[in-house]
Amino acid sequence: MDIFLQQLINGLTLGSVYAVVALGYTMVYGIIQLINFAHGEVVMIGGMVALWTIGALAGSAGLPPTVVVLAGVASAVPVCMLLGWSIERAAYRPLRGAPRLAPLITAIGISIILQNVALMIFSRNPLPFPQILPNPVFEVAGATISLVQIIIIATCLLLMGGLTLLVYRTRLGMAMRATSENPAVAGLMGIPIDRVISTTFVIGAGLGAVAGVLNGLYYGIVHYTFGAMLGLKAFCAAVLGGIGNMAGAMLGGILLGVVEALGTGYIGEMTDLCHVGFLSTALAERCARDGHVVLFGSNYQDVFAFLVLIVVLVFRPSGLLGERVSDRA
Amino acid sequence: MADALSALFRRRGTKPWVGLALLAGVLLILPFMLAQAGTTWVRVTNLTILFALLALGLNIVVGFAGLLDLGYIAFYAVGAYAYALLASPHFGLHLPFWVILPMGALLACAAGVLLGAPTLKLRGDYLAIVTLGFGEIVRIFMNNLSQPFNVTNGPQGVTLIDPFRIGTFSFAKPETLLGLSFSGPIKYYYLLLVVMVVVIAVNLRLEDSRIGRAWMAIREDELAAKAVGIDTRNVKLLAFAMGASFGGIAGGMFAAMQGFVSPESFGLVESIMVLAMVVLGGMGNVWGVVLGAALLTFVPELLRHTVEPLQKGVLGRVVIEPEVIRMLLFGAALVLMMRFRPAGLFPSRARKREFAAGRGPEVP
Repeated sequence: MDIFLQQLINGLTLGSVYAVVALGYTMVYGIIQLINFAHGEVVMIGGMVALWTIGALAGSAGLPPTVVVLAGVASAVPVCMLLGWSIERAAYRPLRGAPRLAPLITAIGISIILQNVALMIFSRNPLPFPQILPNPVFEVAGATISLVQIIIIATCLLLMGGLTLLVYRTRLGMAMRATSENPAVAGLMGIPIDRVISTTFVIGAGLGAVAGVLNGLYYGIVHYTFGAMLGLKAFCAAVLGGIGNMAGAMLGGILLGVVEALGTGYIGEMTDLCHVGFLSTALAERCARDGHVVLFGSNYQDVFAFLVLIVVLVFRPSGLLGERVSDRA
Repeated sequence: MADALSALFRRRGTKPWVGLALLAGVLLILPFMLAQAGTTWVRVTNLTILFALLALGLNIVVGFAGLLDLGYIAFYAVGAYAYALLASPHFGLHLPFWVILPMGALLACAAGVLLGAPTLKLRGDYLAIVTLGFGEIVRIFMNNLSQPFNVTNGPQGVTLIDPFRIGTFSFAKPETLLGLSFSGPIKYYYLLLVVMVVVIAVNLRLEDSRIGRAWMAIREDELAAKAVGIDTRNVKLLAFAMGASFGGIAGGMFAAMQGFVSPESFGLVESIMVLAMVVLGGMGNVWGVVLGAALLTFVPELLRHTVEPLQKGVLGRVVIEPEVIRMLLFGAALVLMMRFRPAGLFPSRARKREFAAGRGPEVP
């Protein structure tokens, strides 16, 4: 099996989920310069709600699996939209104009609260996500791609396309772009800023809900903490692409997924000390016995996103596609 | 003497001096009173002081300099692991604590500079995420550095760590002095108390020093601070390094007191807990931060002892676990404080002014 192609496919799948979550971060950041820390938690709750619906429907009626999954999505999206709206309304709106640190700290608090509420409602343990979709595997040039992977990539591409149309082809999109450009002037032009900001949160949360369901379908498991890590990685992706820039979030998400998958696939072999086994006899003996002395294995998977983040921030803080970030501290 | 002391704690007049003496008296007999209720409470008090030390360290970074550090616990971890590895059977090393503690502080400081140097030119919210990522990386390494060479012993952690020892005097063993029995935790209590008094004094003096004023200038307006000739990069780096070394020292003491460290004690949750303490007490306010640490360690502990039996008694089972309540408390502290008292329960004057001034009519 071709490891490179296989990891590329896995990376694209992972990356398209990152991209959809990253869009939620980047839209909110673009419009009010806030890192919405709670976004990852919204994604997690989306996954959990869908899990409930799918679990309830799959057991009873003889509905086709596709309909059941769609019902899961249809239940998760409104719940998350409502959640996103309430978070903005209750926590962030009262803090507009406060020093930057204040909403950021609030966001962390909201994230902690949501995580623990989810723990109470759902469970402390990882929950199996019902794998009801038929999942045939296709062979492509020595690698395999499953139907679920194809569905995930296709859905994410559709969402990204739809969002681009919304932002660049509709009145609402124009209002959003104007608000992100300059809220005060946009307000003077008669744009209802508050409503536009709320809508941005709602759209971001809706996208997050879908991403949560896709994540559940892919890994087959959901846990009340999965949103935090997914959210962080998606944020890294948004920064990689240039935060506030929608195309950047998409590019950053997919790139990050590919980097992570390829990195995880190759790091074990690249840090195998047996390549330099001649340096010490003790090492050579161990190599002869075990075959490999791997310094960093695939358990370092989660490190890549942060390394990418740090490297980007040091060398190109505005990201790949971002405009120069003005220093409005 | 009295003058020197009150200058040290920035108190003027005689009345606060009386209060301070009273407080000192209470603190001196506190462990014996608590020991009546159970040694657990002495341990909780020790933990409180330890967290207060941590929170004071973070206060330098977040409170004084206004840099949001979400990976602060990583420095605590560096200090704790430094102590654990150099004074336990894991490597067979048993160095004395006065060698390791400064080393741990230095290591943590180096880690702080390493992280701070490339990232401190970034805007505040980016810094928050980078530090968060750094904290996660440190935790992942602690968890996985047991293969192929066993450095940290992975998720099992390091056990049988030496207690503090001076000659034959060990802090772990109970002892009778002047007819009073001093248990291990009580001895640690007095040690911690001394350390905390020193750290508080250092913090108060720092706040009024040239560096402290530079930090606050940066916090309030970085551009203006730069314009009046403050080398913002180095001064911020100094805040980072100092906060980190305080964390390193607290970590070393934690390792010695518990006799056991594992990556589990150094997660994101702990970072956020320390941040909640700083925020609750009022960022930049030394006494407030100590109070915040006390509240957020004691209240969850009290709840643990009351809520669980209460739920069992009334509802017949545990509906909300105490751990969840603890976390909800942290979350609520962060959200509500930012909403209603952004400058803390007992805000410092300058901070209050800043938060009031920040709320202009300007839209977003």
